[in-house]
Amino acid sequence: MVENATTISQVSEAPPRVSEWRRFRRVFFQRKLVLFGLVVLFILFFVAIFANVLAPYNPYIGNLEESLQQPSAKHWLGTDLQGRDELSRLIFGTRTALQVGFLTVISAGLIGMILGLVAGYFGGIVSMIIMRAMDALMGFPMLILALVIAAVLGGGIQNVIIALTVATIPGYARVMNALTMSVRENDYILAERALGSSNMRIMLRHILPNAMPPMIVLVTLQLGSLILAEAALSFLGIGIKPPGAAWGAMVYDGYRYMLTNPVLSFAPGLAIMLVVFAFNMVGDGLRDALDPRLRGTL
Amino acid sequence: MTAYIIRRLITGVFIIWLVTLIVFFVIRLLPGDPLVIFLGQQASSGSISEQELEHLRKEYNLDKPIMVQYGIWIGGVLRGNLGQSIYYHEDVGKLMAERFPITLHIGLTAFVISNVLGILFGLIAAVRRGTWIDTVVTTLSNVGITIPVFWLGLILMYIFGLKLHLLPIAGYTSPFQDFFLNAKQLVMPVTCMAITGLAGTARQTRSSMLEVIRQDYIRTAWSKGLRERVVILRHALKISLIPVITMMGMGIGMIFGGSVLVETVFAIPGVGRLLTQSIFAQDYMVIQSGTLVISMIIVLANLIVDISYGWFDPRVRYS
Repeated sequence: MVENATTISQVSEAPPRVSEWRRFRRVFFQRKLVLFGLVVLFILFFVAIFANVLAPYNPYIGNLEESLQQPSAKHWLGTDLQGRDELSRLIFGTRTALQVGFLTVISAGLIGMILGLVAGYFGGIVSMIIMRAMDALMGFPMLILALVIAAVLGGGIQNVIIALTVATIPGYARVMNALTMSVRENDYILAERALGSSNMRIMLRHILPNAMPPMIVLVTLQLGSLILAEAALSFLGIGIKPPGAAWGAMVYDGYRYMLTNPVLSFAPGLAIMLVVFAFNMVGDGLRDALDPRLRGTL
Repeated sequence: MTAYIIRRLITGVFIIWLVTLIVFFVIRLLPGDPLVIFLGQQASSGSISEQELEHLRKEYNLDKPIMVQYGIWIGGVLRGNLGQSIYYHEDVGKLMAERFPITLHIGLTAFVISNVLGILFGLIAAVRRGTWIDTVVTTLSNVGITIPVFWLGLILMYIFGLKLHLLPIAGYTSPFQDFFLNAKQLVMPVTCMAITGLAGTARQTRSSMLEVIRQDYIRTAWSKGLRERVVILRHALKISLIPVITMMGMGIGMIFGGSVLVETVFAIPGVGRLLTQSIFAQDYMVIQSGTLVISMIIVLANLIVDISYGWFDPRVRYS
């Protein structure tokens, strides 16, 4: 999606592009917290990609003789009930969090954008059907909807992604719908139509690029809340299947040993917070840099 | 205005009908049989007899075609009968009546606290932009929207329950039975429920307030020589609350979403816990009717939000 936007802007507004980019860079890197978020995300990606190399132990197979050990030089964050190294599980949990976050945002963002674009562009009965269906999905609390869907599909990371996708599509569809309706009213769309451009061309070449900045911001800001939702689902026991490592489930597992081994539930919770914080900061930075008018609406 | 409300109510009914369709057919896709789960829990020894299963299937109308089942459910709901729970062997209406007040008690307390404090903090931060108060509010609200609710619950439990012994760790006692115990038990769950909303509201109020105080008419108000309190509270606050009101509408939904987590952490017998348990037990009627009631509340809350825009911003026209 991002690539698409840049290629189109390169074509349509070639001369001011350099200064635009410079302005974007200046605003985006201005705040220290945005930089902090970027650094954190960079480290997390690194950890997720090289989890096998970085994790000191196997995150799935433990040594029962070393069950529930306190943090030590050998096990920095101690071990869980099954004697698995907590740090290694935390490292592998990064993969789960980022995977669920990104795949959900991409699938929900794409579907939501298409639905919103079609509904906003054509209006009438098409819009009625699509947007009322979105309203109905929004009539559920997101977590309960995701819980029901995940229960229907059974555990497993891909089912969590599907559940969260369905639960978050309406948000994108609504924003895209509103953006499309406002862009559609511009004179250059009318001119384009007078020139005989097809609906497809108008939607993809003119409306989509104009609606892109707010959507990019929305997607980035959504990543944080999706990671929170994934953690909540796995905390409730729906999500990645047992040997797999998910931060939410780790918090739940550590819950019973809070008096003796508080690290077990404190550490994964801190990890969740850090990721979500980083995504939110980068999202805020993007919003301010791409379109300051969005402040307060997204 | 009346026409607008009527039209919105009709759409609302339509949306709720869609909700019933979605929920009814989606949960029928749950793998497994609720009766087998129920009987499995009842009789730990010995296998379930076919006869017994047949009998129960008839009792809960599960032997009928799926469309007929839907008709029976909707017909019942329209007459105020929410159906029978398989797992609890009780009327869903009665179950909801027991648990709803608990969730509402915690949820509404948290809702009021998060909005009042959120608006207040956001307002102060915007008016005193750049000062230490602003920094504190902004930082705390950034942390507040990132903290996992269930994790915050555990941390509070660890500090105030297990280490300091100041508050009871979990549970819920009716305020009519023991008011002070109830108040003590509520502190942690309410904090957890309120924190995300509070942080979000503070952020939202601050940014929309900053937007509004740049407007021309605010400059006019200043140049008329009005005092700060009048400019901020009379002229700026009301209009800057519009995005905050939108968030409040979503906040109603978040009460129920949050209750799922908070009630699990603190072992509170509310609607959230009821729904989670019913999903695991595949208790069809409880899931259906429970989500139906919640959706109705959410749709109604959104309608109230949309109507209230006109009061906050006289420029809003209902068309």
